[in-house]
Amino acid sequence: MGYPSHYDQTLNMVKETRAFRNTQEIARLNDAERTELISNFHPDYRPEGMAALRLGSNKGDRVPVELAKALESYSIFNPEDLNLSAPGYTTDILIVGGGGAGCSAALTAHAGGAEVLMVTKLRLGDANTLMAEGGMCSPVRPEDNPYMHFIDTIGGGHYTNVPELVKALVMDGPEIAAWLMELGVMFDYESDGSLKVNHCGGHSRKRMLSCKDLTGLEIMRVLRDELRDRQIPCLEFSPVVDLVLDQNGACRGAVLYNMETSSFIVVQAKAVIMASGGIGRLHIQGFPTTNHYGATADGLVVAYRAGAKMLHMDSIQYHPTGTVWPEQLLGQLITEVMRGHGAHLVNVSGERFINELECRDTCASACIRECSERGNGVFTPTGSEGVWLDTPLIADIKNHFVGIYQRFKKYDIDIQNEPILVYPTQHYQNGGLLITPQAETSLPGLYAAGEVAGGIQGKNRLAGNSLLDIFVYGRRAARRALEANGETAAPEYLTVEHLGKWHAQLSELGVSEERQSPVLLPDYTPKPD
Amino acid sequence: MAELIPIYYSGKQYLVPEGVTIMGAVEYSGYRLVRGCGCRGGFCGACASVYRVPGDHQIKVGLACQTRVEKGMDIAILPYYPAQKVLYDIKLVKDPKQELQKMYPEMYRCLGCSACTKICPQDLPVMDIIAEAQRGNLAAVAELSFDCVMCGLCASRCLAQMVPYNIAMAARRLYAYFMLPRPDYVGTRIREVEQGVYDQQIDALLEEEQEKLQKLYAERDIEGI
Repeated sequence: MGYPSHYDQTLNMVKETRAFRNTQEIARLNDAERTELISNFHPDYRPEGMAALRLGSNKGDRVPVELAKALESYSIFNPEDLNLSAPGYTTDILIVGGGGAGCSAALTAHAGGAEVLMVTKLRLGDANTLMAEGGMCSPVRPEDNPYMHFIDTIGGGHYTNVPELVKALVMDGPEIAAWLMELGVMFDYESDGSLKVNHCGGHSRKRMLSCKDLTGLEIMRVLRDELRDRQIPCLEFSPVVDLVLDQNGACRGAVLYNMETSSFIVVQAKAVIMASGGIGRLHIQGFPTTNHYGATADGLVVAYRAGAKMLHMDSIQYHPTGTVWPEQLLGQLITEVMRGHGAHLVNVSGERFINELECRDTCASACIRECSERGNGVFTPTGSEGVWLDTPLIADIKNHFVGIYQRFKKYDIDIQNEPILVYPTQHYQNGGLLITPQAETSLPGLYAAGEVAGGIQGKNRLAGNSLLDIFVYGRRAARRALEANGETAAPEYLTVEHLGKWHAQLSELGVSEERQSPVLLPDYTPKPD
Repeated sequence: MAELIPIYYSGKQYLVPEGVTIMGAVEYSGYRLVRGCGCRGGFCGACASVYRVPGDHQIKVGLACQTRVEKGMDIAILPYYPAQKVLYDIKLVKDPKQELQKMYPEMYRCLGCSACTKICPQDLPVMDIIAEAQRGNLAAVAELSFDCVMCGLCASRCLAQMVPYNIAMAARRLYAYFMLPRPDYVGTRIREVEQGVYDQQIDALLEEEQEKLQKLYAERDIEGI
């Protein structure tokens, strides 16, 4: 297959300019230039991509149109038909989501003596955690410390992060690294026995710990193995479709939907930890995504209609280098470590247009500007556009990036000699449910950890910080829930009356009853024209 | 528009565009997958598939999200495959080599047929991994099996009815727990945090004006590559 023949001319220009580009210095943007670039070209700033919420705790806030639609929807069941008097399961702590945040919460809660039930939409471990390639940042080295990690994270987040949440992140980092080592995670080491650490975008110290280029997979495999060893129950293919409250409006369980038998299950719990992940599969503004199949913002939807507050949900992270061609790999991540190793971002004529080591939002905006305003993009036969990531500049590519090399080789593209066509791809939900440093949401009894939580990373997340935050807040949520559970009395009754009220408001707004959420899974079957 | 070619999904014929992946073809045919689909990027092993192509007696495998369709391909996506896993507490293990052998004695029943290696969609040398496990060479098992996505195909083919991926999983954990270094500086840093060494410095920034933070950020010292 390889590249279409009409690419010959642009591929030649990329090749011919390579030597010159290698000697070229491109200055980093100053604050004003960066702000101008982002506000003109970052998708978050497109007015048509955002809508003001018409109801709920964040009424009036701008959020992506696709999320607004999911939030302003009816429950997928009729609340009046639900029998809450005989829950299918009763437990101390219900954990929603089988990724890194959910698994670390479950292990911590179980170790603290609680009865735990995990529920997840797909299989245990099917989550974005497992797809993390690069690594997890933790300020463990003598040359580093939590203070430096704090400054990097706040600056990278453009000073929008909740500082107390960043403090918890960086202070817990070393303990998380040790905890994972104690569970038997195969981190990478130097020959002198020190941890191997990588540099990555926006960090001032080398602090990214890795497990080859499959860090998330390795950690996820170990956590899943340990959950099974501890015999912690997990209901798979049974996503949460709404929360259950008590007489005081505190969260005391959830309604699950068994996708395979099309039946509903009520779970009663003293506390619920929401660790349901991100939003990518809602395809914000039509962008492809690096996210796994189940990332449809379900946790935001059910928590929001039960009254929880969100933060920064106008902020989505687009990774600058998602694959555009071949289409079979559309949206898949090309790690930014490639730019760290010297690969240039280059337009149709072989010209660089940004310092490749700028933050993600800046590089992504520059790629979009190149394709839109400047008209310097490379078109694919099906009408998408991209710019080149000039990989032949990387020495020893087969050794450093064997996974990516093989992925393209299958489509007859040799990235040692040919560049990769890339365009920004949705990667991460920067915002989420508002939490305290103890992972409490604004809804009593509901905790949140991982990508569904917001405020930790501000409006731009640094590489390697989310793989840390899922464990920090997963464990914090479990510890706080354990403490609080001691004081929690049995509910007088369980209720979903909040749904009736929500439905009445939707009805007043004229929203059609056919609009239901959570979305659960994207639909990629062909649509009639 | 690409040429349409026939494929068979669970025995039913559909016409799909040439060049798409098995997953793309199945969705193009109107299926909204529940099982048999996970990360869609070749990491999770949810979409292990077996297939045959016309005129070839061999059974072939691949991840549905990574494998392109061929004309006449007859495909099944594996929804699930039962597997045996021995429960253990890594902190109570005394001798990791012996423990692995005690946990999974069936590994000595390996017939050397190599069906596991042939079927692995990650091209791992599964049979060699089991041979290393038999020898108690945990480091070799850990290194050789590192790219395992635990899709279950090896277990589906093993004549000795082993679950090679769970044996490798235990070996990797035992290897990491017992044989990899634990640098002292990690523990030192944890104690510093517990003793509050960084609290004052960070707390002073919590209420700080953005301008001051910007200055600190701009002036921070960046470690060389």
